[in-house]
Amino acid sequence: MSVDKDTVRRIAKLARLAVAEAKLEPMAGELNGIFKWVEMLGEVNVEGVPGMTSVVAQKLKWRRDEVTEGGNAEALMANAPGGEEHFFTVPKVVE
Amino acid sequence: MSDLISLTLAEAREALTAKEVSSRELTSAFIQAIEAARPLNAFITETAEKALLMADASDKRRAAGNVGALEGLPLAIKDLFCTNGTRTTAASKILGNFVPPYESTVTQNLWSAGAVMLGKTNMDEFAMGSSNETSAFGPVFNPWRSRGSNTNLVPGGSSGGSSAAVAADLCLAATGTDTGGSIRQPAAVTGTVGLKPTYGRCSRYGIVAFASSLDQAGPMAKTVKDAAILLTSMASIDPRDSTSAETAVPDYEKLMAGSIRGLRVGIPKEYRLDGMSTDITALWDKGGRWLKDQGAEIFEVSLPHTKYALPTYYIVAPAEASSNLARYDGVRFGYRASNPHDITDLYERSRGEGFGAEVQRRILIGTYVLSAGYYDAYYSRAQKLRTLIKRDFEQAFEKCDVLLTPSTPGAAFGIGAKTSDPLEMYLQDVFTVTVNLAGLPGISIPGGLTADGLPLGLQLIGKAFDEGTLLRAAAAVETAADFKAKPAKWWTA
Amino acid sequence: MSRTIKGQSGEWEIVIGMEVHAQVLSRAKLFSGASTEFGAEPNSQVSFVDAGMPGMLPVINEKCIEQAVRTGLGLKAKINRRSIFDRKNYFYPDLPSGYQISQYKDPIVGEGEVTIDLKDGESIKVGIERLHLEQDAGKSLHDQSPDNSFVDLNRAGVALMEIVTKPHMRSSEEAAAFLRKLRAIVRYLGTCDGNMDEGSMRADVNVSVCRPGGYEEFRKTGSFKSLGIRCEIKNVNSMRFIAQAVEYEARRQVDLLEEGGTVRQETRLFDARLGETRSMRGKEEAHDYRYFPDPDLLPLELEQDWIDSIAQSLPELPDEKRARFIAQGLSPYDASVLVAERELADFYEDLAKGVDAKAAVNWLNNEILGRLNRDGLSIAQIPVPAAANNAIIQMVADGTISGKIAKDLLDIVWAEGGDPREVVDKRGLRQVTDTGAIDAAIEKVIAANPAKVEEIKLKPKLAGWFVGQVMKETGGKASPAAVNAALKIRLNLPDEG
Ligand SMILES: [Mg+2]
Ligand SMILES: [Zn+2]
Repeated sequence: MSVDKDTVRRIAKLARLAVAEAKLEPMAGELNGIFKWVEMLGEVNVEGVPGMTSVVAQKLKWRRDEVTEGGNAEALMANAPGGEEHFFTVPKVVE
Repeated sequence: MSDLISLTLAEAREALTAKEVSSRELTSAFIQAIEAARPLNAFITETAEKALLMADASDKRRAAGNVGALEGLPLAIKDLFCTNGTRTTAASKILGNFVPPYESTVTQNLWSAGAVMLGKTNMDEFAMGSSNETSAFGPVFNPWRSRGSNTNLVPGGSSGGSSAAVAADLCLAATGTDTGGSIRQPAAVTGTVGLKPTYGRCSRYGIVAFASSLDQAGPMAKTVKDAAILLTSMASIDPRDSTSAETAVPDYEKLMAGSIRGLRVGIPKEYRLDGMSTDITALWDKGGRWLKDQGAEIFEVSLPHTKYALPTYYIVAPAEASSNLARYDGVRFGYRASNPHDITDLYERSRGEGFGAEVQRRILIGTYVLSAGYYDAYYSRAQKLRTLIKRDFEQAFEKCDVLLTPSTPGAAFGIGAKTSDPLEMYLQDVFTVTVNLAGLPGISIPGGLTADGLPLGLQLIGKAFDEGTLLRAAAAVETAADFKAKPAKWWTA
Repeated sequence: MSRTIKGQSGEWEIVIGMEVHAQVLSRAKLFSGASTEFGAEPNSQVSFVDAGMPGMLPVINEKCIEQAVRTGLGLKAKINRRSIFDRKNYFYPDLPSGYQISQYKDPIVGEGEVTIDLKDGESIKVGIERLHLEQDAGKSLHDQSPDNSFVDLNRAGVALMEIVTKPHMRSSEEAAAFLRKLRAIVRYLGTCDGNMDEGSMRADVNVSVCRPGGYEEFRKTGSFKSLGIRCEIKNVNSMRFIAQAVEYEARRQVDLLEEGGTVRQETRLFDARLGETRSMRGKEEAHDYRYFPDPDLLPLELEQDWIDSIAQSLPELPDEKRARFIAQGLSPYDASVLVAERELADFYEDLAKGVDAKAAVNWLNNEILGRLNRDGLSIAQIPVPAAANNAIIQMVADGTISGKIAKDLLDIVWAEGGDPREVVDKRGLRQVTDTGAIDAAIEKVIAANPAKVEEIKLKPKLAGWFVGQVMKETGGKASPAAVNAALKIRLNLPDEG
């Protein structure tokens, strides 16, 4: 599996990262180097091995159904780069 | 008392208890040292004013007989921990001037124990790096230099600001986080102690996430005892973190005391790499002898999947990171590109301009390995390898109590020496990353100096939630190594 | 409303599957302690977790798990003792973390079944594929300003149950009936309020068409190849729209196929104003959600004992209630109507206590529902409680009042309130059984109508007219049975009818 320029462009799009056209090719080269190295994992027979779901044996914590948060629109909006009247704002989205 | 700053945490605690010094005096000494050490670039944000307020409050509490476990002790905090009202950047432009309206559980635990915050330390951007060179706030310089050299070296990473601050006596101790070695590797190359606890021992609540299944906070300190003291306060059972352990927190300072007679120490043979430097192999052998001399049994063990750990890590960590970092989108907080012409442009340019090169590289790797058609070959296989790597350790721990390995493949290197090849940089974590994949505790202890006079570390790996035994063994290494060297304070000249 | 559509080239069958998003009834959100209440000020019910702030972590709400299990049990479905939460990654302004926490490969509830009763008395079973828990997104408002969209995260993180059916519905009527039945079940269970206006229940409808026999083939072999290519119609938020959307979409596909075109698998939007579906071109870019298990959460593991205790606390559900009502003597149709709304069924049960079931259901259908309809009231808003109506029915049954007076009595208490028994006493509405008074009234009517008396000798059927006159004379209070008997003797009528 080799990563080319178009693949980098496609995954950059998926990841919403603006990658300059001139950087696509070198990035493809770097990623290829990394994936080539990672290919060694293919040597290992993993048949019947379960994937790890939790590294430490433990039960999922449950929270009680109580309202303990909210009512702090001010604090929530304090770091917003775009906001109006307690709404976050973004350039108009056309559906 | 000009050498207040060279006290250990335990010594400072005694001095405060004996009323030989106040928290304000202690804190002021560190504030001065931090100001004088600005050439090291160890801090992103200094919080001198806040520190003095906290110190005064602590002195009042002490006067009233109300003394916490870390009462009045000044600490540095990695800038990955959210601190209420104090800018938290993760060393990234994309967090801009983010000021959290909440406090991380770990730092809250420290303040509740009476500690004082000196500032937020520099780090690799989003904790992605092993040299602190990916920070948007510039690299950190290692307080250590090779004998007779003026070349600036890296302090390790990602907790490079914390390791430098501890090594340069800019704080009594610091917090770090460790996803693939980010506490132990910088500790090793700065001659300090760094402990990565068992996954789930310290809450992740309020720590900017890199790779959720690997991230763990831990102490960085001058001595093993200091690390034990700090861990006792950092750790907790946290209902706000679903993966935080339900195991009660013991007093690690007490657990670390005592002899190691009869301790079974495994030496994993797969950690002996081709072309490993003689400095490293010599230290590793010495470490084994030190433990043996104190009554431990030393024998070789095998961790057959060791060589797959690093590539496994470079699938799992970027995959989780690519998702964890999707929230930095320029909408609710952080950096937003100017004049976006539509929402996609806002996303792509805010993230393209806000994230540095290494972070972007890892987001792309992570996006790729999770994408349709590649998930099974990469992510799914890597999760199976994690299971195998963890089994290796379980089998080894049937026969031994701790494992002894080198912490890093070498000593601190020059700024810029390894930035051109990402793979070479990734290899820095070859000895530390296995521990994160298996969720185990690991500690790096200064072992000695290279021929050039640079510190090297030894790593001990313990069983899950057995930090007590791990610290006891670490203290034995520390005693035998008797590492007293300090870097020359070239930065104050 | 039929299962087939006529095209130029012959008949086509419609096949429908559904994905319903039902908001879990809980006080707090799925992974945070923020309130779920509807209609609050923008961003006032948002925790830092919901806003995807750095370092914030999800912790699951036990009530939401319980509600999902309860719903699964109500759908007679398999409860999975181990399920996994996954991240579904995509960028959208009202999705704060850049991913939705959902369940992908291992949902909390597996296969189940819903029975729907159609108008013609036929019942069909609709298979449930799965039910999973997931977070709702926030809300984007696009019409507040010319340049910007506004984002409100109050809904972000509210728990949803996504209920996915198998493609087992075959007409717009069946699709609407399924949704109505599902709504009834979750409302009985108390796991979702079913409020479609507030978006508590939203349906995505998958429609395809195939040639006759295709569906049978699919049921036999399970092969989707025997079915046509489906289109998913998003967010159809009323029962009426579901029928419209299905009809429109099926017709569109048939026309397309008959022109020699092919149906493209795509997501479409229902435009309620035009009654049409249209392609959501904006959303057509290739989706690649990069699902993977959420590393902030461990697998969700359930104890069998806990599941059993929920099963034990389940209320009687519509199907069981319907069966019980039929056994009590109601017609299947009446029973179906009653159980559709839990409030109506509960009202009926109170109404029918200690009286004849048929009398109660007739009273409900003929007297109560008409008046509610006239006044634009729901059963919950009825001015005369079930117990009062029950008293009226009892008074008719034991002869205290006549059927005619019963209706007048209901009108009185409907308008003025009061205890029906007291009203009967106060206003002297008691049925007259006193033969003296009845005889007097009969004599009066006979005296006034000599010609009719002659006529009745030839046409005994005229007795009814006499009864009416006598009733009028007594102000409706006479017992019709007593009047009948007295007239028979007085006019010497034959023993018949
Ligand atoms: Mg869906
Ligand atoms: Zn859904």
